[in-house]
Amino acid sequence: MNSVGEGCTELKREYDQCFNRWFAEKFLKGDRSGDPCIEMFKNYQQCVQKAIKEKDIPIEGVEFMGPNKEKPGS
Amino acid sequence: MVKYFLGLSVLKSSWDQVFVAFWQRYPNPYSKHVLTEDILFREVTPDNRLISRRLLTKTNRAPRWTEKYLPSNMARSAYIIEDSIVDPQSRTLTTFTWNISHARYMAVEERCVYGVNPDNNSWTEIKREAWISSNLFGLSRALQEFGLARFKSSITKTMKGFQFILAKMQGGTPSRTLVETAKEATDKVKETALAASEKAKDLASQAQKKQQYV
Repeated sequence: MNSVGEGCTELKREYDQCFNRWFAEKFLKGDRSGDPCIEMFKNYQQCVQKAIKEKDIPIEGVEFMGPNKEKPGS
Repeated sequence: MVKYFLGLSVLKSSWDQVFVAFWQRYPNPYSKHVLTEDILFREVTPDNRLISRRLLTKTNRAPRWTEKYLPSNMARSAYIIEDSIVDPQSRTLTTFTWNISHARYMAVEERCVYGVNPDNNSWTEIKREAWISSNLFGLSRALQEFGLARFKSSITKTMKGFQFILAKMQGGTPSRTLVETAKEATDKVKETALAASEKAKDLASQAQKKQQYV
């Protein structure tokens, strides 16, 4: 899958591979030994956050699950 | 005015396989409208839950009849945010998804809770709720009908995409029963979407007539 930042797709793929392995083999099995993908995530983030600014994608200040607050049963 | 949708789906795979598939479901043969996917934020909380924010860009698939009512320079792709919480202790995955572009025309918000199926604990159920609304004068009902029909048709693609990836992960082909059931569901959804599209066209032309007399 491509990243929204055209130059970030490689970094995204590397990070995804690391994450998917950790998620299946450690996180879901209750292993709390910590995230081995932090460096890769940082590199990927630097790239994608830059692309987001350049494309003016309106994610600034959007609260986590913001619109869910006003929904019944949340 | 808001259209509300509530549905329940079942995947014949265990919760952990579904949660793994959740992060790997793009691309799949049913996701041609999804153009990009990015994780913008991710963190493990002190109580060991994984929170993430995923940004998607999708093609803006509006029907031809809306073109004369909407600006000609309207962006062809839409931005969608999906926030999620994975809780391995309770074996649940909760998502909240909404569009952060084109919201003046139509806002679609969806909340899903994935969990172990209570009748068969090697299966996973998805409780899905959605709120679809549109503010445009005169057109809101028409757009909402269209939005709801498109949303329902998206669910079929989502489920097929999941089944595809799960089968791939498990080294087999999707079970015949699921494929047959899915085909019935697709046919039914197509009928519903077509009916809604016709109804929406009708409402839109009524709205246009009303405007002429104002």
